[in-house]
Amino acid sequence: MIQINNVSKWYGGFQVLTECSAQVKKGEVVVVCGPSGSGKSTLIKTVNGLEPVQKGDITIDGQSVTTPKANLHKIRAKAGMVFQGFELFPHLTVLENLCLAQTRVLKRQTEPASVRARSLLDRVGLSAHSNKFPGALSGGQQQRVAIARALAMDPIVMLFDEPTSALDPEMVNEVLDVMTDLARDGMTMMVVTHEMGFAQRVADRVVFMDRGQIIDDCSKDAFFGESTGRSDRASQFLSKILRH
Amino acid sequence: MQISAVHEILTALPYLLKVGMTFSLTLTVLAAVLGLALGTLLALCRMSSSKWLSVPATLYVNGMRSVPLLLVIFWFYFLAPYVGAWITNSPTPLQVGAYRSAVITFTLFEAAYFCEIMRAGILSVGKGQVSAGLALGLTFAQVMKTIVLPQALRNMTPALLTRVITLFQDTSLVYVLSMTDFFGAISDIASRDGTAVPMYLFAAAVYFVICFGASRFIHRFETARYAY
Repeated sequence: MIQINNVSKWYGGFQVLTECSAQVKKGEVVVVCGPSGSGKSTLIKTVNGLEPVQKGDITIDGQSVTTPKANLHKIRAKAGMVFQGFELFPHLTVLENLCLAQTRVLKRQTEPASVRARSLLDRVGLSAHSNKFPGALSGGQQQRVAIARALAMDPIVMLFDEPTSALDPEMVNEVLDVMTDLARDGMTMMVVTHEMGFAQRVADRVVFMDRGQIIDDCSKDAFFGESTGRSDRASQFLSKILRH
Repeated sequence: MQISAVHEILTALPYLLKVGMTFSLTLTVLAAVLGLALGTLLALCRMSSSKWLSVPATLYVNGMRSVPLLLVIFWFYFLAPYVGAWITNSPTPLQVGAYRSAVITFTLFEAAYFCEIMRAGILSVGKGQVSAGLALGLTFAQVMKTIVLPQALRNMTPALLTRVITLFQDTSLVYVLSMTDFFGAISDIASRDGTAVPMYLFAAAVYFVICFGASRFIHRFETARYAY
């Protein structure tokens, strides 16, 4: 579904991604982890073309994102993205947040768009809040709305960029629960996260990055298992974040 | 003496308001609306990555803000007919008319200031909002129109309204084109009846009440605005 081939990216003279290759198959959940500054957020933003790359190529569902003539709007509409900072539109109600792109991009009529929006709000447990403004919701609720907004476009793949990093600890689980349900329903997902518990429960594969390079790309069991597939660098990383 | 001054003002009031104030307010509203539209366009040009758009827009804005409004009014009023004649290849100066000339001048001048306010407003909307819009498949133009500009406008409403108050005061400068705005009407009556002192006092009071009232209103609006 997502194919990343030998992608390199520079900010000026500084190389943020070096020869990264990875793939996400249909129905698969791939967790990308690594220390901060390792390039994982940059990598996931190259997948839907929010960050351009200087070398290599990326395809979603067979369509190239990296060629100059790529129809990015069409591809992005099929790839939902959830951001660390939620990025709901504060001047629109929750319902309007979910309907905006449905009507403008998918050209849905107002009525079917809001029916779709309401059913998704119901799914993330927020149907009572449809007429509120995002500012009136908690962080966890906002992120669930953001997930529903992405789902309203009927995406074939979902990209999550540290969806729980900006949340209060007590709100992390409500968001992870929604994501877990989504994975159980067979959604193809690429998730940048530090939530190793989520990775252990839900991921099919784990990609470990450090300094702009993909160090490990292995099955969940190989990554978290006692003695195995993961690199020493990844073992170090895990021992640091799992100690407490 | 005092009673007669009050009487003078009351008698002149219909003329002052119907002719003078109507003109002042119409000019203010027209220049504000058109200036905001042009200013927003200029702001988008200034922030464009294309040099062909950003450099001319920047030159225009900085140029306009570096000259007195009075000068622009004069220049435009006296030059526009000849420039117009030159463009249309007409042998005689083009009839622009004082009213249209005033509306165009104020629009062009205010656009430079509105541009800077809107630019600050656009910058106040986080980059993440643009990413979120693009990630949903919206085009850049759609993101601007439906996500960034509405928020920029909302964030900058107090600054924009404050600028409109200044604009309202500045409209009195059309006096130099012998146009009858509120100030022009005051001056008509004052010279006709020889009542300069009460008339100009009255004018000051009216400008004060309107501008002070409006600025109090903006202040209340600013504090009552919902926070997000």
